Amino acid sequence: MPTYSVYILGMSIRHGLLALLEHGPRYGSQLRTEFESRTGATWPLNVGQVYTTLGRLERDGMVVQDGEDGSGHALYAITEAGRGELRSWFERPVDRASPPRDELAIKLAMAVGAPGVDIRAVIQAQRHATLRAMQDYTRLKARALVAVEGSDGEKARDDVAWLLVLEQLIFQTEAEARWLDHSESRLARLSATAARRAGNTPAAASPGTAAGEDPLAPAVSTTDTGTARNTSTSRSARR
Amino acid sequence: MPEAMPGPMSQKSQQPQEPHESQQPVLRLEQLTRVHGSGATEVHALRGVDLSVFPGELVAVMGPSGSGKSTLLTIAGGLDSPTSGRVVVEGTDITTVGRKELAALRRRSIGYVFQDYNLIPALTAAENVALPRELDGVSARKARVSAVAALEEMGLGQLADRFPDEMSGGQQQRVAIARALVGDRRLVLADEPTGALDSETGESVLALLRARCDAGAAGILVTHEPRFAAWADRVVFLRDGSVVDETLRSQADSLLSGQAAAQ
Repeated sequence: MPTYSVYILGMSIRHGLLALLEHGPRYGSQLRTEFESRTGATWPLNVGQVYTTLGRLERDGMVVQDGEDGSGHALYAITEAGRGELRSWFERPVDRASPPRDELAIKLAMAVGAPGVDIRAVIQAQRHATLRAMQDYTRLKARALVAVEGSDGEKARDDVAWLLVLEQLIFQTEAEARWLDHSESRLARLSATAARRAGNTPAAASPGTAAGEDPLAPAVSTTDTGTARNTSTSRSARR
Repeated sequence: MPEAMPGPMSQKSQQPQEPHESQQPVLRLEQLTRVHGSGATEVHALRGVDLSVFPGELVAVMGPSGSGKSTLLTIAGGLDSPTSGRVVVEGTDITTVGRKELAALRRRSIGYVFQDYNLIPALTAAENVALPRELDGVSARKARVSAVAALEEMGLGQLADRFPDEMSGGQQQRVAIARALVGDRRLVLADEPTGALDSETGESVLALLRARCDAGAAGILVTHEPRFAAWADRVVFLRDGSVVDETLRSQADSLLSGQAAAQ
């Protein structure tokens, strides 16, 4: 999910760092480690990004440099203005006015009626990938659940944060899988209706017969139904 | 169609078996077909399905309604017979054995979990779990001891003396899993086991099923919920009676680098 992670990082590194700095002054690579402990390195940060962001926060008066630690790392501390910004971030819902670009939604939108594209194969390939990601997240979650039960203190806080992030990923992939199922049956219904209207298969009036079986392959177009059907099914079987 | 050419499809289904090369599958379905009716009303519920499930493995079967999921499960459990193909459970082809032997094999080797729990209301949890062994000729006392042990092993010991109507749906379903796997049985066939449960409870049922498979059982889970299918090692997609796709579990650790994996 490269495009998504760029979006996430752009929007929320600033606030993520402010939230960590509210626990006390920290230096750059320490912030990076702590950010990743909370989010399980789902959105990896590099130290460069951390320092760039700290520079901007400093420019905006939200953090100040605050001496060095014993090993000579420059420490940053949150300012009153930074605390105010952080508070209003927590109070403010995440902006939904402009949904992040979703490559999959765009891909399916383009696949509808596209010549030479078997939209059902597109859907199945994605379902495969999405389910597989869910399997991975679920396995990590099973492990995280055990960790949460056995930990305390700072470790417990990180474990809980990581569990919440994982569950968000699971809900997100689940929504995607459901949407794929829904899109597939939606398209099947639409093309069955279209086939019936075109009247090219009178037998289709009775439910559960050939016309309703696999109308998806030729998208919503009603031409060429017979030939597209079998070949596309077996091709998608081999993915 | 796939059943006519076992080449590519069957090779594909060999792939997931690699990690288990040294082991025998608990369940092996070979070129399974099932045709309902004949002539104009003929329905091909299954068209040449190959599937093996190994000890320690949970396989989820997904697909739209009418894709053959439930037919596959009933045939795998010996509740229905295939039109052609083999169903090998613990090394025995159950399509070739007599009725008596099949009944015994089902009692000893195969456990079911249904959407509506199917516990016997007049029996306690322990008695429900003990029942299949008693039917198999084990003494009531011995059967009860092993039933209580099975319940305790699954963290359900406190339910042993409760009747089904004194348990929540989730508790009943967990007892049903204990019943499915009591004694030597290590094949559990679960048909929408979470269908009647809220998602939190459904998850705890899946976690138990997962744990039993991690402990060596083999399971098939029929579900239409991706979230529950995600607990499986493999997800098999059925459509119009054929396996059209299957996922393997990749190494979760390689998904996330660094300390998340190390935790």
